[in-house]
Amino acid sequence: MATHTIKVTINGTPYERSVESRLLLVHFLRDELRLTGTHIGCDTTHCGACTVIVDGEPVKSCTVLAVQADGSDVRTVEGLEQDGKLHPIQEAFWQEHGLQCGFCTPGMMMTGVALLGHNPNPSETDIRHAISGNLCRCTGYVNIVKSIQHAASQRGQS
Amino acid sequence: MIPASFDYHAPSSLADAIALLQQHGDQAKVLSGGQSLLPLLKLRLGAAEHLVDIGRIPGLEYIKEEGGFLRIGGRTRESMLERSELIKSKYPILYDTALVIADPLVRNRATVGGNLAHADPANDHPATMLALGAEVVATGARGERIIPITDFFTGIFSTALAPDEILTEIRIPAPPPKSGGAYIKLERKVGDFATAAAAVQVTLGPGGDIERAGIGLTAVGPMPIKAVDAERFLLHKPPDSATITEAARLAATAAAPTADRRGSVEYKREMARVLTARALTRAIERAGGR
Repeated sequence: MATHTIKVTINGTPYERSVESRLLLVHFLRDELRLTGTHIGCDTTHCGACTVIVDGEPVKSCTVLAVQADGSDVRTVEGLEQDGKLHPIQEAFWQEHGLQCGFCTPGMMMTGVALLGHNPNPSETDIRHAISGNLCRCTGYVNIVKSIQHAASQRGQS
Repeated sequence: MIPASFDYHAPSSLADAIALLQQHGDQAKVLSGGQSLLPLLKLRLGAAEHLVDIGRIPGLEYIKEEGGFLRIGGRTRESMLERSELIKSKYPILYDTALVIADPLVRNRATVGGNLAHADPANDHPATMLALGAEVVATGARGERIIPITDFFTGIFSTALAPDEILTEIRIPAPPPKSGGAYIKLERKVGDFATAAAAVQVTLGPGGDIERAGIGLTAVGPMPIKAVDAERFLLHKPPDSATITEAARLAATAAAPTADRRGSVEYKREMARVLTARALTRAIERAGGR
């Protein structure tokens, strides 16, 4: 069983761990670090529930090896809230009822955060394009889009 | 799902990567973006004793025009194609393709070289590269060799790459003036493989007739298909609707689809015809022909 030592910064905190080669990033986050906000949905690269931001880009953490993240900066849903204050995207999902069951929400929010990082004023089309790899089985897309728009407008004001 | 155990190597140079591939032979697989390989390993449809990750080798991710070619580094991610102004303005067929490969999250990791080297007949780049008349640069212990894209695919999931070679670059002849291309894919939803798709690249001559035509088809056969009869028919023809209709009919005769949940043989062959007609029409428009 091949193991490797990796160093990863997660939500600003550096970690050094010995991991098996085949360990997936999502399992590293959930099982090793107990950061269970990142969800496993389909486990086949379709649903986006496991979306995290690696070096600024949203990716499906069920399809990345933990060893591939060695040296990377990873952001998960746990890193959004700061000092008890919700991140604007969290506030927006709350205000706009951007969730029903909540299972897709961490992935949707991380994709939304990454989008707003590249494109602070996205059109509805830009948002729908950006979240096209994130599935909501409650089909609450209208409010998810509104939530990301709301977050964009809040950022514009601050 | 957890893959079977393997060892992971992250060489920092191409020479080290090739040495690892030589050492481990067919027990090793090259890991590029991993968006096809990792799902295969997780589903245990495939296995590898060793993964050689080329993600830490500098200088394999680029898009540039040089020496009469568009050169795309083998490790270039699809998202980079999607965001490139050069690709959008001058190679619309590649822009079309990048936009319909899997989904935006997958495209942040998936690579152009991986899309080709995986040689899935349902992947999208094989057809576009066939239409563009691309060449693939394979780098191994004896240096580089150039493989024309028409010789690259040798069967389902198999290519002309030797086990110790890495796909390091894709070269596309820079299109002359009055060229245009398009890729049109029929998919049930974002992220699905194509039910069928057509890639067309044309160049018009000074008199307005078609001077060069490349047509590639996705997911309608055991390998990506180059519709050579349709290509030959198009030469020196005016780019009008009668020409498009006949070329699309000929392209569909090259399709050899199998029935699955995406459709019957007849449906897919018909879609190959319809999509070829649409892609050809758009390619001609983009070439300034209509």
